Amino acid sequence: MATITEVTPEAATLSNDEILRYSRHLIMPEVGMEGQLKLKAARVLCIGAGGLGSPLALYLGAAGVGTLGIVDFDVVDYTNLQRQIIHSTADVGRKKLDSAAEKLKAINPFLNIRKFETRLSSDNALELFREFDIIADGTDNFPTRYLVNDACVLTGKPNVYGSIFRFEGQASVFATEEGPCYRCLYPEPPPPGLVPSCAEGGVLGILPGLVGVIQATEAIKLILDKGDALIGRLLLVDALGMKFRELKLRKNPDCPVCSEHPTITKLIDYNEFCGIRGEEKPVETAVPELQVEELKRRLDAGDDLFVLDVREPHEYQICNINGYLIPLGDLPKRVNELDSSREIVAHCRSGARSAKAVDFLRQAGFKKVHNLSGGILAWADRVDPKMPKY
Amino acid sequence: MPKIHIPTPLRQYAGKQPDIEVKASTIGEALSGLVAQHPDLRRHLYTDEGKLRAFVNVYLNDEDVRYLQKEATAVKDGDSISIVPSIAGGRS
Ligand SMILES: [Zn+2]
Repeated sequence: MATITEVTPEAATLSNDEILRYSRHLIMPEVGMEGQLKLKAARVLCIGAGGLGSPLALYLGAAGVGTLGIVDFDVVDYTNLQRQIIHSTADVGRKKLDSAAEKLKAINPFLNIRKFETRLSSDNALELFREFDIIADGTDNFPTRYLVNDACVLTGKPNVYGSIFRFEGQASVFATEEGPCYRCLYPEPPPPGLVPSCAEGGVLGILPGLVGVIQATEAIKLILDKGDALIGRLLLVDALGMKFRELKLRKNPDCPVCSEHPTITKLIDYNEFCGIRGEEKPVETAVPELQVEELKRRLDAGDDLFVLDVREPHEYQICNINGYLIPLGDLPKRVNELDSSREIVAHCRSGARSAKAVDFLRQAGFKKVHNLSGGILAWADRVDPKMPKY
Repeated sequence: MPKIHIPTPLRQYAGKQPDIEVKASTIGEALSGLVAQHPDLRRHLYTDEGKLRAFVNVYLNDEDVRYLQKEATAVKDGDSISIVPSIAGGRS
């Protein structure tokens, strides 16, 4: 394997305390003093201190990667704790950066932690990446993923990539000199709405652990220049079947960014590229909406309203407002169960899926359909504070 | 019969099954057999013009069919076909 990182171990030395701390590395021929000094001299930038970033940063910090950069602007919330193990319950409401830095320092006080409280953008990515040897991408959205990829190619920094959905994950090392980049694999992102996001689809809490540790492993191997890196290979992790599969990746000779004749030579507008304007908003805004207070008032008044819940059965079990359940995906084949002469109020968790349902029903000839604005989350916030939120 | 591996995000459109067997002698036949069985999958795999979508990669065993004979790539019994879409998730 070719040396990819420009780490200068000569400049680093280990104190006696560090020698003791890293002794299980030092007695391994694959690491040894030389490798440990490479780790100490190395600078890894983690994009995000979330699900993937948690195990990634914890292991890199424990292993003795000298400089750990973290880019994050988010705040810890309760729904993060099921998988973002670098944060604890007491950290809810704190900046993820502060919470993560504190844990890392507690594990390894020899670390140099660099905090970047910012949204990674086309304006700051290149400058930021130049100060690091390896970039570890733990992002959850397509605009940032393409931005990280292109910025890695343009700055010549390897991109240790991981991605997760429900109980399935992907990992690879992109943008090395000899290997393919993310765009070689996927030249274009999916149009918004066609692929469910983590927030909609859920994720098994251990999965970012599995995939993030694979990313950490690859980062350390790149630094040590040992073993076979996950270059030109896409590792697919299926936690439910506990199967690991591997697919071959090739450098695309027509890749828009990493080929001999690239068409992208500087960073672009990635939100525009991904067709996103307000990602979490309902796709169809022309859908007639009903506020939760109004629904409550009309139900209490005994109005003839048919409440249609378009979530999945397992969501219905968490909380419901006695709606009639037809999951969005089943709506086309079960539309005959609905009475178009009645007034229908469709709802989901936050209002995005039910907007699609209302749009569908209107196209199917239903005249009196409303979308419950803000979904059952708004109901829990503004009508029934005892209702659990998820 | 070759077996098509359905990735998690697309399983909801394929009767929730992880693997589906189809009778086919090429990748193109296998995919059209698949969407014939599960019409909801069509718009996730193909554009309105009937072209395979750019964010959906198809593998025959561990090889990307783009570097074989694309949809004309021959398949045989026991082959495993994987649909590998780009997935998003991890940070929040
Ligand atoms: Zn490329």
